[in-house]
Amino acid sequence: MPTSEPPSTLLPTAIAAACPRRRLLAAASALGLSFLLPPLAARAAARRGRERSRSLITLWLAGGPSQLETWDPHPGTAIGGPTRAIATAIPGVKIASDYPRVAERLAHFSLIRSLVSREGDHERGTHAVRTGYRPDPVLPHPALGAVAAHELPTAGLDIPAYVALGSDGFPGRGGYLGGRFDPYRVFVPGLAGQNLVPHVRDARQERRLVALRGLDERFAAGRGVPVGATLHDHTLEAAVALMASEQLAAFSIADEPAAVRAAYGETPFGRGCLVARRLVEAGVRSVDVTLRGFDTHAANFTGHAAQAAILDAALAALVDDLADRDLLESTVVLVAGEFGRTPRINPLDGRDHWPHGFSCLLAGGGVVPGQVVGATDPEGVAREPERPVTVGDLSATVLAALGIDWQRELMTPIGRPLKLAEGTPVEGLVAG
Amino acid sequence: MQPAIRRILPGLGIVAVAFAVIGAVAAAARSTLPASPPGAEPPGRGVRELASQLDAVLAKRAAAAGIEPAAAADDLAVLRRTWLAVAGTIPSLEEIRRFEADPRPDRLDRWLAAILANRRSAEHLAGVLADAFAGTDGGPPFVYRRDRFTSWLADALHAGRPFTEIVSEMVAGDGLWTSEPAVNFVTQAASGGRVDENALAGRVARSFLGVRLDCAQCHDHPFAPWTQGQFEGLAACFAAVRLSPLGVRDSGPAVLRIEPAMAAAGMMPETDAEAAEQMPAMAARRVPPQVPFDEASFTGSGSPRKRLAAWITHGGNRRFERAVANRCWAIAFGRPWHDPIDDLPDPGPAPSADDPLDLLGRSFRAGNGDLRETIAAICSTAAFRRASTHPDLDDTARAAAVTQAWAAFPLTQLPPGTMIAAMIQAGSVRTIDPDSHLLVRTVQFLRSVDFTREYGGGDPNEPATIPQALVRMNGRLARELCEANAFSGPGRVAGLARSNEARLDALFLACLTRRPDATERESLLPVLAAGEPARGVEDLYWSLFNSAEFCWNH
Repeated sequence: MPTSEPPSTLLPTAIAAACPRRRLLAAASALGLSFLLPPLAARAAARRGRERSRSLITLWLAGGPSQLETWDPHPGTAIGGPTRAIATAIPGVKIASDYPRVAERLAHFSLIRSLVSREGDHERGTHAVRTGYRPDPVLPHPALGAVAAHELPTAGLDIPAYVALGSDGFPGRGGYLGGRFDPYRVFVPGLAGQNLVPHVRDARQERRLVALRGLDERFAAGRGVPVGATLHDHTLEAAVALMASEQLAAFSIADEPAAVRAAYGETPFGRGCLVARRLVEAGVRSVDVTLRGFDTHAANFTGHAAQAAILDAALAALVDDLADRDLLESTVVLVAGEFGRTPRINPLDGRDHWPHGFSCLLAGGGVVPGQVVGATDPEGVAREPERPVTVGDLSATVLAALGIDWQRELMTPIGRPLKLAEGTPVEGLVAG
Repeated sequence: MQPAIRRILPGLGIVAVAFAVIGAVAAAARSTLPASPPGAEPPGRGVRELASQLDAVLAKRAAAAGIEPAAAADDLAVLRRTWLAVAGTIPSLEEIRRFEADPRPDRLDRWLAAILANRRSAEHLAGVLADAFAGTDGGPPFVYRRDRFTSWLADALHAGRPFTEIVSEMVAGDGLWTSEPAVNFVTQAASGGRVDENALAGRVARSFLGVRLDCAQCHDHPFAPWTQGQFEGLAACFAAVRLSPLGVRDSGPAVLRIEPAMAAAGMMPETDAEAAEQMPAMAARRVPPQVPFDEASFTGSGSPRKRLAAWITHGGNRRFERAVANRCWAIAFGRPWHDPIDDLPDPGPAPSADDPLDLLGRSFRAGNGDLRETIAAICSTAAFRRASTHPDLDDTARAAAVTQAWAAFPLTQLPPGTMIAAMIQAGSVRTIDPDSHLLVRTVQFLRSVDFTREYGGGDPNEPATIPQALVRMNGRLARELCEANAFSGPGRVAGLARSNEARLDALFLACLTRRPDATERESLLPVLAAGEPARGVEDLYWSLFNSAEFCWNH
């Protein structure tokens, strides 16, 4: 099925001419010739295109990205600061001028400009947006990535189904779904996975494992049932199997063409986005990639410009790559942070926390592209935005775009039934 | 000076510095534990009597279920459990040597008393209680100082202050979170100059009353008799709290104003009276401070928080002492007497001699309210000193009955912090305690931080995950600790022991607090004999660190 391409007038012909491979890939997917594309990992992900079961890539902008310096600029107003706006591939919609590449490709996306949460604290705000619920001392909530891994299991996947790339102070968690839905964290993406290489060579490692298995066997004598319940040996053997899996190649970008690596950017975040695409191709269900540095209480404009240089390239390359490989219809991409930043500029030329009308981007999967939901006051006076979207609504939207029933109730360990998301999908944002 | 000598001098200087550093590092882990446990009086008669009463209750339960209790565990196994419970780490090789050299028949009792009196146990217990009472979230910056809170708790526990006093300070304390650290219990829930009264109500109920009221925040509790009104009354006790640069004070009005979401959305009926008629819980309302039961004891003058603290801790509040007892049981055994730890069954009309929570609770009230005495009593029971093996534990049909009757010591997973401490202690031979050289403790802290970051929090009720197994097997901390060099445990074991048999013994004692049995000697001595002893020692350290026996308390 053809993926939606931006109108060709907006796509610099120089880029198209310079990347014949991209044109070929795009042409192949447009003609339904996906089988000409590089084969996906044998068992994990059998298909491409619409029929493939869906994955989630979350680009987490940690610190609270300013909506005014990203997807909801208000140039020429008292609150706009020096940020300018540029036209995008969605008619009538402008985003901050620091994102030219994203602007060209915005037709793949929908924007929500009216997210509201009641949490202005980093940890609580992160929890709220990641899980769709306010933090609860008695019941830890699972992140959307964990929910996706739980609801859409992948057969034949050695790698953990939920992976988090980059360094993050408040990573998503499996919550009440259990520790096995905690993400597998890789702090410096692009080289390899995390903690996969034994300290010693094969023969010595084998000797160590033999000794270990002997110890565990002896320990189980007279304690068979409780020791079995620990799953200690089961987990150990699974870890050993993972260390030998061919699917681990997805964590390394060494065999990617230099042009592709350059497009994503030689930054940890850029490499992380490329690894995310590879992981999704291998069948991983959810990948979080974190970019830190948005908490600009001082020097907001220079700070955000620096972040934009990284994010613009990586996000654009990711969307191009997914589209070229016919993966965009089966991959939901969410670009969000824990809250936005104040319309008012503080004396340090910064902006402070603002959970009363902030933005996020959604693309892929069942997301209907080209929509803009909500609006914030250009004068920065009104506190509530037009058409507010709660974090629960955002969760429901993402789950619906993944093809998951957000109203499904699970029985939690404290005996309280809980829906996967409280809220409803934003009208018009999810197909079907 | 000759040019040649001038060239050499800086080199000598570097060598001198290097030796100084090596000397400092070598001295770093020196222990100050004297030859026999200091002040090692065994626990008093009261503790032993209480332990017997507890054992009698458990014996009845086991008999009723037709279960034979497990045999008594080895003294070393009990020592290991005691250390894990009370000090959050395992005994060091040198502590084990001294223990084995102690000829007294009641050496277990004496060593229990000694470790409880040691500052290490106060610090570990303070960490456990701080996690329970103030949660494990980061909390708001600046106004919540977890480090101060934990060290204040450690001081209070170490000084043997009554737990009722400690709780009162946490609930009702005023002042700055740095100089009056008890107030961090309240500031953990700070939000914009005030506190989240609902979070505190839930926390007070779970931590000090053993009751989960949280469901009642939004509606009458679905399966317990708590009403929303009762929850709101408790929350209202914190309504007056204000945070300022001077600290925590009750300077606001002592009433909780509730404006339900419907009001905010502009959907309120015209008058409050109309709302109250249609949906009582939906009306905007003001709630005065109140307690969810035994209202008659919620008296006296003073701020609502002071009255609340007095109500929580007063002698007639059996839920308080039962909650304390349940927590102490969990500290000792790794599992609470009643699970979940903070949601206990209602107390009966009178304390029952068949309920360990009542037995422990009443004793706690009768004594000085020193938590360590309660823990000492539990650790003195025959139940605590039983083996974790039992013939019925190999039988799927019967195993659950053994566990429920506490007929064998339960298997519980070491929390990540304890596992790290145990790995570091096992890897260093000498005891690491507050008197250890600062360098050693700094290194320990930094390694722990990295390991914890990768390992994650970990719910001890859940088995470890694959990523956690990977950290343990292939992570940096494991590699460093297993490495045999001049200063590490593996290096010393390899270098100082005189034979492979001695090395194997030392390895097992350092990691598992026991000696290898005959089968293990047979299969593992060849590992040591295969090449350099140092390599074999490294390999076995690795295997032991990753074994179920190391990672689970038993």
